Order: sequence, then structure tokens, then C-alpha cells
Amino acid sequence: MSARRLFWFGSAAPAIASVLLALLLAGLVMVITGSDPIAAYSALVQGAFLRPGTATRPTAFFETLVSATPYLILALGISLGFAAGLFNIGAEGQLYMGALASVSVGFLVKGLPWFIHLPLALAAGVVAGMLWASIAGWLKATREAPEVVTTIMLNYIAYAVVNYMVNGPLRHTGTAPRTPDIEPSAVLPTLLPPPERLHWGLFLAIAAAVGYYFLMNRSTLGLRIRLVGENRHAARYAGINVNQTYLITMALSGALCGLAGAVEVLALYRYLPTEFTVGYGFDSIAVALLGQGNPVGIALAALLFGAMANGAGYMQFSAGVSNYIIAVVQAFIIVFVAAPGIARDLLVSWWARWLPRRAKEGEA
Amino acid sequence: MGEPILQMRNITKRFPGVLANDHIFFDLNRGEIHALLGENGAGKTTLMNIFYGLYQPDEGEIWLNGRRVTIHSPKDAIALGIGMVHQHFTLVPTLSVTENVILGAETGRFGVLDLAQPRQRILAIARDYGLEVDPDALVKDLPVGVQQRVEIIKALYRNAQVLILDEPTAVLTPLEVERLFETLRAMVRRGVSIIFISHKLKEVMAIADRITVLRQGRVVGSTTPAEADEAKLASMMVGRPVMLQVEKLPAQPGEVVLSVRDLRVMSDRRAVAVDGVSFEVRAGEIVGIAGVEGNGQSELVEAITGLRAPVHGTVMLCGQPLPHALPRAAIDAGMSHIPEDRHKYGMVAQQPLAVNLTLSTFHQPPFAQRGLLRWVTIREHARRLIREFDIRAPHELVPIASLSGGNQQKSVVARELSRPLKLLVAAQPTRGVDVGSIEFIHKRIVQARDAGAAVLLVSAELDEIMSLSDRILVMFKGHIVGERDARTATREEIGLLMMGRVKEGAA
Repeated sequence: MSARRLFWFGSAAPAIASVLLALLLAGLVMVITGSDPIAAYSALVQGAFLRPGTATRPTAFFETLVSATPYLILALGISLGFAAGLFNIGAEGQLYMGALASVSVGFLVKGLPWFIHLPLALAAGVVAGMLWASIAGWLKATREAPEVVTTIMLNYIAYAVVNYMVNGPLRHTGTAPRTPDIEPSAVLPTLLPPPERLHWGLFLAIAAAVGYYFLMNRSTLGLRIRLVGENRHAARYAGINVNQTYLITMALSGALCGLAGAVEVLALYRYLPTEFTVGYGFDSIAVALLGQGNPVGIALAALLFGAMANGAGYMQFSAGVSNYIIAVVQAFIIVFVAAPGIARDLLVSWWARWLPRRAKEGEA
Repeated sequence: MGEPILQMRNITKRFPGVLANDHIFFDLNRGEIHALLGENGAGKTTLMNIFYGLYQPDEGEIWLNGRRVTIHSPKDAIALGIGMVHQHFTLVPTLSVTENVILGAETGRFGVLDLAQPRQRILAIARDYGLEVDPDALVKDLPVGVQQRVEIIKALYRNAQVLILDEPTAVLTPLEVERLFETLRAMVRRGVSIIFISHKLKEVMAIADRITVLRQGRVVGSTTPAEADEAKLASMMVGRPVMLQVEKLPAQPGEVVLSVRDLRVMSDRRAVAVDGVSFEVRAGEIVGIAGVEGNGQSELVEAITGLRAPVHGTVMLCGQPLPHALPRAAIDAGMSHIPEDRHKYGMVAQQPLAVNLTLSTFHQPPFAQRGLLRWVTIREHARRLIREFDIRAPHELVPIASLSGGNQQKSVVARELSRPLKLLVAAQPTRGVDVGSIEFIHKRIVQARDAGAAVLLVSAELDEIMSLSDRILVMFKGHIVGERDARTATREEIGLLMMGRVKEGAA
């Protein structure tokens, strides 16, 4: 079997099948609840890709890219963990810590030119996410504490820390609990004039995807991470320091999640509110699973989730279908990706039915 | 001996990309032991799994007692009087022998389990067939040989008329094998018919009435022990003449390379597995460690190679003590290790063959530079080893899992011998490997010795120890209970030492 076919049957086809099945089943749910799935999905596509912008409303497709940006960066970080066999459920917490550090550097440091201040603010977010994740990595490496448990617990601590800082030491003078605005020199700029919000974070995300590809396929560290993830006994036998690899991988994973937080606040909010993401860190686990460890796949999955997040509002408004149906679609995707056997079996049976027909057509 | 009880006609089974059974005819007479001989991957187990209802054949018919039968599941097979003892036992360790035997065939009233009656039947079966076992013992407390008896009793308890034994001697000592053979003969006398699956020539010659050889999914031929000899069977299995004896010149031991001093190692269950073991291996000699599996050999090897920290003692390589539990240090000091469990330690299954051939060296030149992999060099290296070690692989980038067991093992051997080495630790180097590959691996190990490496060979196969070693150490319950010169040692002598019976005057 050629490498291309292996890729196609091994990962791409089941992932695509999972999405199609999820859309189909969610459509069924809509039919049962008396809605029109075709109207809903066409509104979703309208709202996510096709609606043009106006003087006050940004272009739909660009907004989808804005939503996809954090998904992509976070999912790359989570996928990195998967590669080493680590389940980083702490993306959300690492994102919060990254955002907190970036905003702090953004408004506390003054008088720097943008080409120093902006990278500094971004770096602060990266380092904060990295350190936060390293706590879990360190506990895993030295105390064999399962990272699933520690990262999820660290999420709660991160929420509390951000809440405390925003309500306390870092609170601005206004009424709402939030930090002051960051200096203009720390803003990650938009690419187009308002009302468009598309910003440079998109390119940072794409650069992260390219970096991910090179790390995993070209570097010794990436191979080391994959070997540890696939068979840690054999990795140890081959002289790889497994615990050190866990620590490094967790740190890199957290660095990406921190970057996602930095990008969100430096580009979009430009201050830190108490609650500023809607579970990006958790949705991104689904994005990572759907992307199957392949950077192109992760990017497409991020685009899909960005589109669903962005198109949901218009779907509710124009087709009258609750935007919670999007959560149903996402949940079905997770089920099918997590239990690949279901999608694969269906796929194989369709394939088996289609192949003979195609063969006959070929003869005719 | 008599009329055929079983006939498998024209059985064909295809798996994606593999023709596992290719129009196979196989028959079994009542009261006969019919051996099914073949290398790994020859299709023996597939054929028997079809007979036992685990697979459905794509073509062909099964006739049992003169009737055509269709066997959909093991349940059908059991109902038809077919029993199977798998290579890996299917016992529940925490249950008693009786409970294990009746599992799935429980009797009782109103949901209350009746254990007394089955217990009596088990004792009766044990008496009739010489399968001595305590029905109340917990399975986890029993030695492997006794666990196997429980498996056989399980089949007989269900009134098996045809018993399939899949590689039954793999886990047994020579004495236990003798005992098993006595049981099989007793069963045959009582009218049970036996299919004996094996790749071991000696055993097949000793026990079988008839022998059918499979190769690459086809029947190569049938014969009897009277008509055939080991060399003939081997060449039937492999398809070409095979050297069964390892050709080697006398060893010329040099400097001490490996020196183990007073080593004490705990097992995973925190019991003392290696209890104060000391020995040396010199350059240019092969020291074999014989012993029944589970007597501390695995832990000893793990301690030497850095996979497990000893609680006491030292391991010195060329006079330098090795740090505990640091495989990297051992590798860098010139140690190569063919691990006993290649699936756990020896390979990363889904990674390409090329990666597996550089598993412990990919991070250093010439395979990497400044943290970046040099795939071209890695692939060239792989292609060279594939040629040199005759690894049958379509391409160096296929996952190693897609190769046959023999070729996987050859890959491990190729990797470990392709580094400059001072010490080779070879643990069960030919386990689950076909005859052709065994011959090749043995030759390579002797070559490594002749090139001046010290070789520590650990094997549960007495034949392998006897034919490869220059010096033999026998391990029993964590101790080395004897040392013999391989040129003068006899199988019987080593076999007794493996049972812990130290003769007077011996070490």
C-alpha cells in the first residue's frame, strides 16, 4: 500500500466520514425536533463563509478565520501532547495564563517601540503557558502523576488566578472587572480596516503549523517524541530519556496554548476580561482528534470548527435553529473520531458497495 | 488408528494481501496424533482457527464423523467435541482450577453454583489421563506446566474428541514436555484424536503418528516419523536445505568484557528475582544462560542492559562500572541488546523499518546533524542492512509491524549488530522466528563472537544454548546453580540443573 493510500485510508477518510456522519445525525435530530436541516445548514454555510461584509459587519469568511486561529494553535499544542502519548486537557488553563502574562506585559511595560513590545508580550504568553504546563509535565516525569488529572486541576487554579488578578491587583479603574487596555505598541494588528477583525495571529498560527510539521517530521526531537508516544518501553530501551521527553513535550504543548491566549488578547480584546474564551481549550481537543496529528488535517479541522462557531449565530437568526445544534454536531464528531471503528465500518461497507458498481461501469 | 474422524477439504482463507490457507486438505484419524508442522506464518494457526470456529473459510468443507459441518463459533466447535489449547492460556488467574474448568459450562440449580460434582469429574479426568492437579488451587499459584494441564482438562471436561494443541511445548521444560507427551499418549489410548501444532522438529518426530508440513499457506507434503528425519522436515518447512547444526570454531576467549558482581534484582512483584549473581563474559566467547523461564533471567538481562535498577551489586563493562538503570550509558559503552520481547522493547510497531533500524542512533551523526534528521542517510543505512541481513521487506519505509515475525527479529538483530559493539546481550534471540531465520541469526551471533565481541546468550530453548554457547551457566530461582563447558555438557545434565537438582560435586 502506497504512503498516499495509507494516509487516505488510515486517517483522512475516517476523519471526513466522521464529520459527514455527525452532520447527518445532527440533521436527523433537527428533523425530529421539527426543524429543516437543509435550511439550517445552508444558513450555516452562509453565515460562516458567504455573507459579505457591510460598513458595520465584518466579512463572514474572515470572521471564520478569526475563530479558527485559536483553534489551530491550541490543537497543534494538544496534538504535540498526543504524539508523546500525553493527554493535555489543560489547554484552557495554559491559554488563560498566557493571556494574563501577555496583557500584563502589554499594559505594565510602557515606552517601548512596537517591534520590541509586541514580541515581548507574545513571548510572555508563550513562556507563561509553557511554565504552567510544565508543572503537569514535571509531576508526570518525577512523580508519575497522570497528566490528565493534573492538567484539568491546573485549569481551575488558572481560572482562579486570572479572576483574582483581574478583580484585584490588575483591575482597571472602571466598573467592569477587567484590566486596563494594553499599550498600542503591544497590539497584534489587524490586516484590514474595520469592521474587519482578521489579524496577524492567523499567520502566527500558520507558522506554528509549519513549525509543527518540521518538528515532527524533520527533527530528532520530533522523532523522539513520537517514539515515546508509540512505545515508551522501546524508547527507553533505545536510550531515550522518557521522562525528560514528557517534560519537554508538555512544555512545548503549553507554549503553543499560551501563544493562543496571547494572540486572542493582544489582537482581539486588547485587555483581559474575567472570562474571555468559550471553552476554546476544550473544543480544541476535538479539533486535534479530528486532525489526526497531521498539520494540514488540524488546519482543516480548525477551519471547520471556526466555521461552525462563526456561522451558528446566523443559522439561529435566519433558519430559527438553536445554535446548540452546533454542540450536537461537535459531540457527534468526537464520538466518531474517538471510536474510529464505527466510521470505518460504515465507510468500508459503502466502499464495498460502490466498488463493484464502478468496476461494472468501467467495463461498459 | 482407524477411520478418519476429521477431513478438511480444499480450505482456502484470504486475509487482505495474504493467502493464509491455499486449498488445504487435512485429515485426522481416530486415536491419532497428527502434527501440523510449519514456520510462523505458514498458516497452521489459521487452519486450526477455522476448525475451531474462530474464522470462516472462504472456500472448502469440513467433515466431522462423516458429516459435513459448518462451525460458526467456538461454541459450535465445543458442541461438536472439539477442544483447543491455545498458545496463550485463557485462564482466570484469580479463580480456582475447578472454577476455571467449569467457566462457561457451569452447572447448578436456581443460580447456585454446583462445584462439588465438577470437582469429582476433574479428579476423575486427572486420574485417567495422568493430569495431576489440585482442583482447589488458584490458577495464579500454579506453574505454567500445570496451568497447561488445566487447559487440557478444560477441553476434556467438555468431552472433546478432537484436541488441538497450539505450540504446547513453548513454555515447558524438557521434563514437562516428556510428561505432556505421556498424557497425550494416554489420551490417544482412550480414543481422543490430537492435532499437534509445532515448529519444533524434535518434538514432532517424538510424538506424532503422522506429520503434515505447511509452507506459505499450502500443504507441502505429509509423512511419518519413520519415513522422515529432521533434516528432511526442515527442508520441507523452509523450501531449501537447512543447516541445523551451528558451525563454529572453538572459542578464543580474550579480555573480560562483562563482569557482573553480586547482583541482586527485584521483580515487578517486588520479589527477589536475581539473588547475588556473579559471572564474567570474555571477548570472543558465547556464554549461554540456560534455565526455565521465570527463574530471574529476564530481570538479570534488564539489570545488565540498564532497563531495571538492581538493588545491589555492580555491572562492569570493560572495567568501567555502568550506572544503574540508564540504557543510554550501556549503549554508549558498546553494549548491544536483542531483547526477549521484541514487541515491547525491540521495535516501535507503526514506525517505518528505517526508523526501527536506527532506533538508538538516529539522534547522532551521520543520521542527524544539529537536531535535524537526515532521512537520506537513514534510508540508505536501512537499505544496506536490508540487503546485508536479508530482511524481506518491500520498502524501507513500510511499518515494521507489516513484516513477518522472522523479518522483524532479523531487523532487530541487524540494528544491534550494525553498531560497533563490545558486548552483545541476546535474550531469546530466535523466539517466534522461522527455521530459516534462526539459522541466519545464529550465524550472525557466532560471527559477532569471532569478530571479538563478548556474547551473553539467554534462552529457554535448550537446543539453542547447547549449540551456540562456549560456556553454559544454569539459572534456577535467581541463582546460578551450575557452570559447564559446552563441549562436554549433556542435555540431561543441563536439564536436571534447570530443575534445580544439583548433582554432587557440581558447582
